[in-house]
This record gives sequence, structure tokens and C-alpha cells, in this order.
Amino acid sequence: MNIEAVRAIYGFEMSRWGRTLMQSIVSPVLSTCLYFVVFGSAIGSRISQVDGIGYGSFIVPGLVMMLLLTQSTLNASFGIYFPRFTGTIYEHLSAPVSPFEIVLGYVGAAATKSIILGLLVLVTACLFVTIHIAHPFWMVAFLVLTAVTFSMLGFIIGIWADGFEKLQIIPLLVITPLTFLGGTFYSIKMLPEFWQKVTLLNPVVYLISGFRWSFYEISDVNVGVSVLMTLVFLAICMVIAWWIFKTGYRLKA
Amino acid sequence: MNAIISIANLSKTYASGFHALKHINLDIRQGEIFALLGPNGAGKTTLISIICGIVNASTGTVTVDGKDIVRDYRAVRSMIGLVPQELSTDMFETPWATVNFSRGLFGKPRDHAFVEKVLKDLSLWEKKDSRIMTLSGGMKRRLLIAKALAHDPRILFLDEPTAGVDVELRREMWDVVRAMRERGVTIILTTHYIEEAEEMADRVGVIAKGEIILVEEKTELMRKLGKKQLSLQLQIPLTDVPPALAAYDLHVANDGHELTYTYDTQAERTGITALLNDMRAAGIAFKDLSTTQSSLEDIFVDLVRQKR
Repeated sequence: MNIEAVRAIYGFEMSRWGRTLMQSIVSPVLSTCLYFVVFGSAIGSRISQVDGIGYGSFIVPGLVMMLLLTQSTLNASFGIYFPRFTGTIYEHLSAPVSPFEIVLGYVGAAATKSIILGLLVLVTACLFVTIHIAHPFWMVAFLVLTAVTFSMLGFIIGIWADGFEKLQIIPLLVITPLTFLGGTFYSIKMLPEFWQKVTLLNPVVYLISGFRWSFYEISDVNVGVSVLMTLVFLAICMVIAWWIFKTGYRLKA
Repeated sequence: MNAIISIANLSKTYASGFHALKHINLDIRQGEIFALLGPNGAGKTTLISIICGIVNASTGTVTVDGKDIVRDYRAVRSMIGLVPQELSTDMFETPWATVNFSRGLFGKPRDHAFVEKVLKDLSLWEKKDSRIMTLSGGMKRRLLIAKALAHDPRILFLDEPTAGVDVELRREMWDVVRAMRERGVTIILTTHYIEEAEEMADRVGVIAKGEIILVEEKTELMRKLGKKQLSLQLQIPLTDVPPALAAYDLHVANDGHELTYTYDTQAERTGITALLNDMRAAGIAFKDLSTTQSSLEDIFVDLVRQKR
């Protein structure tokens, strides 16, 4: 195991983040606060409670999850795409590093960043509403698992993409809609029965539901199912990443 | 001398169907400077890229210090440093950060004193905290060398190290390469500048259209393939080669004031004595003579032309 290489990649990615601190930290936190103000205060004041929880508090886990999903994907995809774009990827390919170590460095850094952002949003939310975390262990577990899974997804996107616009396609056209429709701002029980069934096809529902359960012990789907779905998704991403390095897809001629 | 790199029956066909390399067999000796010479598109970069792990070979094997480049990739790549042809750098980083990064990526623990020495050797120390994008082209090139040396490799690949580099800087680069050889580093450089191979290399390999046409000691190559020209300054100008001398490879030059004779230095008889005797017999007198030897460039152009 080339620990030094993992440390080098991880450190490089984290310092890249530090260089663009405004864009990296301030903007996601600010936009989450805006959601909070608009949906939590302005509209939320007309919805008194969901499952016995104040609306403002109800949406907090969903907002954290939404940030986690988009930031993990964007960060990880950009992290690996940029060396491909500039050509510096030659160094990774010619170095004595295994695919696992490369993934560990990039995905580890992207996951770390989004976890920090998630926690930051959580702290910000505390300024607006009271938050109660019933199961801190599971809260952290969902946070870490989701961050790692979607960073893996981002890593895969970063290798698949052959232009900057492709980096944005999946986060914008797939992840954001799925998050909005996955129960960030409502409980799916509020939907007509048919749409409840359809919504269950959305993987993000399981993530948000499980995460929200760790706060308020209310959930749209069984928590066990949530954990299982997250793990399944992680496994799928790992298999794809393994295949990428096995075949050299978009990396090696 | 022992071969440090052994390439056996190596071929590469790209997905597009392009045969970049065709059954390459080549040994690189420990401690030498080997110049891989060839026109653009000959397969130089593909060959280097396969050894360094950037491109997969279609068939054939490469061993470095007895270890297979695929099976033992960690051991092999730890020994190798690569300076790519393109100036690919992390433009927002600093030289200091990027060279330390390279060292880590190759599995070496942090050693600031070593990195400092590498940067100083390449005259980059003053620029260590500047952003890479503010460096000149020559500095970026040297930075890529510094990155490749950050893990103290035993073998260094330089892919077109002096492409687009001015004369002074090229000399400087050659000095750097020589200093590395002094330390026992084996160096493989690709170039299409003959001058470079002639100046630097111990051995020269000529590659064209994916095939190694020839591998030879540089001096041997120049001797073996070197043609010489004898120029005779005539006392009385000639309009044509006289029939008495038709058997020789002669040309009239300089408005008939000069007669040039091309001969092979490797031939058993160069024919010079016979020519001079025959000239005296024909009554052609000369006042001066000189000889010139063909450069590696002439040899190279000849070889590549034959290939076409």
C-alpha cells in the first residue's frame, strides 16, 4: 500500500479546496441558507408541522442531504477530470499507485469536503431552528456513507466526462431533480398514493428518509431498507470504478 | 554491460487500428544515455508510454531490472522518472508543492532537503513559491524534470526534452542530463534533433513507422555509415568530369573550380590514391584539398528515406 501517494493526492485535493475557499464553502452554505429562509420561514410558516415536527426543523436533514449529494458529486468529478483535462494525469498513471489508492485519495478528499460542508449547514441551521439528533451514530453513518457513495459516483463521472459540460449534466439533470422529488421539502406521505409508489423508485428517497430518521425518528421508508439501498449503491459505484481501471476506460490507450 | 530495460517483441495497435509499434526488440544498458531518434509519428512516445505504464501494450513484454512492467508495476515504476513531451502542469500550484506532490505520489516519504536540492540543481529555487502559470516555458520544462527526479529514480525518460527550447537553455538541459548520468542514472531520450543525439547519446536507436531500424553505438554509427567527401580545388576549371575518371563518383562543383569525390570510409579501399594517380595521368592538377564527414543528420535522413 502506497500510503504516501494516498496522502499526496488527498493533500493536493484538500489544498485545491483551500485555494477556492469562497466558492467552495461560502456559496453552498449561502444557497442552503436561502432555501432555508424561503422554504423554511416564508412558506414553512404556513405549514405548521409534518409528522409532529416543525416544518423548519423537518427540512434540515433534507437540505444537508441535498448539499451532500451535489457537492460530493461535483467535487469528486472535478478533482479527477481536471488532471485529465490539463494532461497531468500522466503522473498518476506512471506512478507506483494502485487504482484503489487513487480512488481512496480522490474520493476520500471529496467526501471529507462534503462532510465538512454538511456539518457547516447543520450548524447554520441551528441558528434558525432547534434541531434534535436522536441517533448521532446513525446520523454520522448516513453522512459518511452518502458522502463516500456520491463521491464515488462523481469520480466515475469525472472519468466518463470528455468536456466540462458533461461534468455538470448528472448533478444538474439527475441528482438535483431527484433530491427535490425525494422528500427534501416534504414527506412522501403527503403525495397521492400513486406518486408515493413512483417516488419509491427514486434512490434519494431512501437516503433522505434514513438521514431524517436519525434526527427525528420519523421516516418514509424502513431505516434498514435505507441503509441497504445506500450500501447497494456504493457497491455498484465500486464495481464501475473497478471496471474503469481494469479496462483503462478513458484513462489508458 | 547489463541491460536494465529489455523490450521483447513489443507491438501496439491503437483502437483506431493504427499500428504504432511493430515487434520492437530493444535492450537499454545500465547507466547509458540512449537516444531514440525518429521523425514525428514514428512511435517514440508510444514506446516510452508503454514502459512507463501510460499506454497498454498489445503484445510483447518489457522488463525493467528483471521485473515485468505489468506484474511488478510498483517496483518498476518506483525506479522510473518520466518527463513528458507536453508541458502539462498544475498551473495553479507552486513548484515547491508540485515537486513534493510527485515525491509522495511515487511513495517516497517527505524529504524537504532533497526537494530543495532538486529545485536548486534545476535553477528553480528562486521560483519555488510562484504559481506555475507565471513560469516561462523553459522553467516549466525544468520543473517537469524536477518532478520526475523528485523520487530519485534510477532511470529517466525524457520525451523531446528540448522541443521549443532556445539554444542556451538546450545547452543547460544537456548539462543537467550529463550530471544525472554522472550519478549513474540511465537516461532514455527521444528527439528528432539529430544534434541532440550526436551531442548527448552513447547509443542511438533509429525508429521509423513503428520499427526500430537500427541500434548502434553513436561513434560506431557515425563511422560505419559515415560517408566522406573529398573536395579538390582545381588549378584549371573543368566543365565536365573527364571520361578517364568516369569510374569514380565525381561531381564538378563551384563552376568547375572544384571536383568532389564521395567515398565510404568503411570500404576496403577508399579509392583516393587511385583517383589521385589517375588524375595526374589525365593531367588534372589541383591546388588544395579538404575532406568533410557526413553528420548524424545525413545518416538519419538516409535511413528514414530508405524506409519510405
